[in-house]
Amino acid sequence: MADQTLPIPGSIDVTPQRRSPSLLIESLHEWVVTVDHKRLGILYVVYSIFFLLVAGAEALAIRIQLAWPGNHFLSPQVYNRMFTMHGTTMVFLVGMPILFGFANYLVPLMIGARDMAFPRLNAFSFWLTAFGGLLLYYSFIGGFGLYGMGNAPDVGWFAYAPLTARAFSPGHATDYWALALIVSGFGTLGTAINIIATTLSMRCRGMTLLRMPLFVWLMLVVSGLTLVTITPLTAAQIMLVIDRYLGGHFFDTQAGGSAMVWIHFFWIFGHPEVYVLVMPAFGIASEIIPVFSRKAIFGYPAMVAASVGIAFVSLGVWAHHMFTVGMTSVGNTFFVLSTMLVGIPTGIKIFNWLATIWGGKIRFSTPMLFCVGFLFQFLIAGLTGIMLSVAPWDWQLHNSYFVIAHFHYVLVGGIVFNIFAAIYYWYPKVTGRMLSETLGKWHFWLFAIGFHITFDTMHFLGFFGMPRSIYTYEPDRGWNHLNFIISIGGMIQGIAVLIFAWNLFHSYFRGKEAGNDPWDAWTLEWAAPSPPPEYNFATDPVVRSRRPLWDLKHPEDPDWKYEA
Amino acid sequence: MIRKQSARTIRLRRLLVFWSAIACLRSAAWADGPQATPNIFAPASTPASSILGLSWFVLAITGGIFLGVGGMLAWAIVRYRVRDTDDGSEPAQIYGSTQVELAWTVIPILIVVVLFLTTARIIFAVQDAPKPRAALDVTVVGHQYWWEFRYPKFGIVTANELHVPVSNTRAPQPTYLHLLSADVDHSFWVPQLAGKTDLIPNHPNDTWIDPLHTGLYVGQCAQFCGVEHAKMLLRVYVESPDDFAAWVKQQQQPGNQDPKVAAGRHIFETQACTNCHRITGTAATGTFGPDLTHLASRATIASGAALNTPENLHAWIEDPDNLKPGALMPAMQLNGEQIDELVAYLTTLH
Repeated sequence: MADQTLPIPGSIDVTPQRRSPSLLIESLHEWVVTVDHKRLGILYVVYSIFFLLVAGAEALAIRIQLAWPGNHFLSPQVYNRMFTMHGTTMVFLVGMPILFGFANYLVPLMIGARDMAFPRLNAFSFWLTAFGGLLLYYSFIGGFGLYGMGNAPDVGWFAYAPLTARAFSPGHATDYWALALIVSGFGTLGTAINIIATTLSMRCRGMTLLRMPLFVWLMLVVSGLTLVTITPLTAAQIMLVIDRYLGGHFFDTQAGGSAMVWIHFFWIFGHPEVYVLVMPAFGIASEIIPVFSRKAIFGYPAMVAASVGIAFVSLGVWAHHMFTVGMTSVGNTFFVLSTMLVGIPTGIKIFNWLATIWGGKIRFSTPMLFCVGFLFQFLIAGLTGIMLSVAPWDWQLHNSYFVIAHFHYVLVGGIVFNIFAAIYYWYPKVTGRMLSETLGKWHFWLFAIGFHITFDTMHFLGFFGMPRSIYTYEPDRGWNHLNFIISIGGMIQGIAVLIFAWNLFHSYFRGKEAGNDPWDAWTLEWAAPSPPPEYNFATDPVVRSRRPLWDLKHPEDPDWKYEA
Repeated sequence: MIRKQSARTIRLRRLLVFWSAIACLRSAAWADGPQATPNIFAPASTPASSILGLSWFVLAITGGIFLGVGGMLAWAIVRYRVRDTDDGSEPAQIYGSTQVELAWTVIPILIVVVLFLTTARIIFAVQDAPKPRAALDVTVVGHQYWWEFRYPKFGIVTANELHVPVSNTRAPQPTYLHLLSADVDHSFWVPQLAGKTDLIPNHPNDTWIDPLHTGLYVGQCAQFCGVEHAKMLLRVYVESPDDFAAWVKQQQQPGNQDPKVAAGRHIFETQACTNCHRITGTAATGTFGPDLTHLASRATIASGAALNTPENLHAWIEDPDNLKPGALMPAMQLNGEQIDELVAYLTTLH
């Protein structure tokens, strides 16, 4: 199976090309000037994994500080920088770029195209994002000028006004934060436009919209959502910079400005942003779960409809982050309803994955293990989300460790688990070699155990009244043991991630040869060689169903007979 | 405040008492000291108990969903795993089913309707509760990193430790808090008394509590407000009507003028202390920092960062950054003798 060449039109690898070995400087130059969607995709992913390690280290510093009360591992100032940078990095330099990196690599391959619609815009967007990240981290050096101590942003990743005003945040740390997000935001917008154009106009013959793999569908929806969510963030950042440098008073409460305007702008961006991050993860699960259950995805049209539905509803729920800011009872009630409504399409998705597994023959390779973890954890994350949507309960839980637990269940238990699944699943396609299954299982089990020790426990700290963003706590509040347990869990996750990083590195040189189609999968990218040549497909593929490779492998029972 | 109790709410309340007892026990087992913990499962005031009642209802529904869906998932994963004896054939391909999709769309919609209506009822009951005549008004002003409490009716200004009278169900005496901020966003949160409400500059908010038992309730600022956000602690003393009246009377007195500590008072009045602090009856009229007229009547200093002992006061005045790095009070560069006299004076301010 491993070396089987699939006689799909266009998949025949006519010139298995290996470039003659070149000087390091030449190959480096090639990576810098490349406009190939696959290379850019790899750059995105490598860049994100680097920042995943950085932001992970920041999280561990936070957990060491909180392991016992009154700890002096970090000063309050440094602690505040750590949690601000951890949040900002994970959302903007890890989550978004890694998911857009997957999209960059996979979308053209999955729809049988040779590249993205705008290859040079693609390269431009990546480099904007990359420089945005560098700008953010340069703040460690430049926050108070080169002559002084380094100083990173310390206003929280939500940066509520007026704490960001010059009166309360002197120096340049907040400026680096705002400018870095403006720059990387433009990069994100460019990529989103590119993905929309690619999926709408570059599909191969026979690939109708309703035959696109779900991952492509989800990326299309996410890209549309990105266009309407990143823009308000960029607008708010520009207003903030005007306030800080040109004497504007948008958020200057001392001069009649409004702190509320920032909160609204931030969450009009911030809530759909959660879906921008989680929907690509849904897409990943919708590719991997069917292949390892050996069944077609259950209810494809319902999955597409639910995704579009979530995108629309997510635009009308932002103020559920604001139940404590003093909205009227009617306002609160409206946002309770809109938030609860998100649960319906999300529930449909979970049920469809369940039905996909039902009656299958599940193979528990590492990608599937991570996806199974995702299913359970996302179920819990959804249910704690329902709890938080109940405004009166949110008055208690808001800004407590319960919220931290909830959104890490979404972002780690949901998204990061699927990102790991995706890397184990597509690494063979990208490098031509399999990741080690043994190390993969160690990675999965350690990470899952560490995750549950940390984040299950955090829910209880919220019940017992511990607020977020505090660098230390009173020893008499009953939080000591729980915090210690959480920190232990954090360390276990750290070890798991190091195993993962070693696996990525080691398998690149020593991994088993993968062949074109190691998982016996069904979407077009597995018809191309591993790694795919620059042009992807020698001749344009033609498809007749959602699973072109199934049709090839099962000519007696092809999908197109059943699809409307 | 009088609420009709249906059989259902009584049952719910019994259930609630039972579970909160368990929760208290559990937290007590984990607690590291004898003090009350800011536990949402141990409500002592109407808003907090209404929220907890609703919470148990929501927890029951979401718990049921978790058991149902999670159970099916677990079962499917075990039942449909590939066996060693597998023949390598593909399982039957099923592409979907409109009836099934419809079923698992309609059931969640029904659950949402129930959850939404229950939630809306509590939102209106807590937020729009009519204010009784007997209610006490307190204005709370958030500062980086301390709390100012003003009692307009009594002409009292104090800091960090809120004193309120106990309420009861027959003749409710709730305390209404008017929430303001002097600088950045803060949030008032004492979990046993009520949910949190933010203090936002240019955006006054209101909330209320009606504690039903006397005692000390702790909480802290719940909206990140800068360097020392973690040490912006809150203490609420709920007192019997007599104790509260006595406290009010004492707080209304001007600052103690004991001649034995005149030297300390002189230092206070001639240093920059007066720019930020007020002591009624002296030249000190600053409002940037906490009112110190009755400093010695408080159990803590620096917004709960340390106990109010002469040693801690000495350390605090000598270098506030030592106790609370990032606090806005500067070190006054006084020598040890001066600080001793200052502390002697401050400890007489009952």
